[in-house]
Amino acid sequence: MACFLVPGAEALVMTAVTYAVRKREVRLSNGGVEKALSDSDAHMSASHTGKIALSRKLTWLTNLLWGGVVLLAFEHLWHGEIVPWFPFITGASNPADTASMLHEMSTVGVGMAVLVTLIWCIMTGIVHIFEKRQLAGDSRQDQVE
Amino acid sequence: MALLLCVFAAVISTALWYAHGENSTMKIGILCWLFWGASIMWFVDAVFEYIQFGASYFKPSGAEMLNDAFLGLSVIALALVIWIAAVLITDPSGAVKRALFRQNDSENSRTEKEKKTENLK
Repeated sequence: MACFLVPGAEALVMTAVTYAVRKREVRLSNGGVEKALSDSDAHMSASHTGKIALSRKLTWLTNLLWGGVVLLAFEHLWHGEIVPWFPFITGASNPADTASMLHEMSTVGVGMAVLVTLIWCIMTGIVHIFEKRQLAGDSRQDQVE
Repeated sequence: MALLLCVFAAVISTALWYAHGENSTMKIGILCWLFWGASIMWFVDAVFEYIQFGASYFKPSGAEMLNDAFLGLSVIALALVIWIAAVLITDPSGAVKRALFRQNDSENSRTEKEKKTENLK
């Protein structure tokens, strides 16, 4: 009924977190001086250390969440579960439907948010292994030189 | 059916992204995020429906399948529209900018020619 609202809320929070992290990374890379905020600035600062910036990794999560939320919102519109008039969600129009909507949000919605986050954790874990290998390869090359 | 179509779309877009490389100006990554995000979420939805309805979940009626396929194709169309809009707005290859300026340049040269012919007259 409105299960996509849970990953939507997570996407909103994570977007704010990503923005704050990117701001911090840019500030650190400029030695405390804040300048124009851009994605590439944060990525550049991380590439000096041979690691992918945390903000970039967080962007992967927000992209996955927003991508899913947009297409699922369309699906809900298709099934008439979202309407363009108040209260916008048909499940919120009467108490009986609201109860089932909340139940769906707490089961399916939470499940969606958890699985997306879990897949992102696995993804970043694999990337972390790649980073370690890259760093090990770089240091080995330095020793040879 | 919608989940199946979305997974196919996700796999194809990921393969295209991999084939074109990260420096591609087509921003295929947007499609990958959209389709994978939706596929994961629909998968969870499917699991819960399976728990609720059991094996009958895998035996939908013809009308249900048709409606679901129609939904899946519509979702793919929406994702493609979002993607192409993002490509045209961000214009990573500069093709839109070039096309617009070329048009302006040709318009300017045309008015200059008209002025010259008027002066000659």
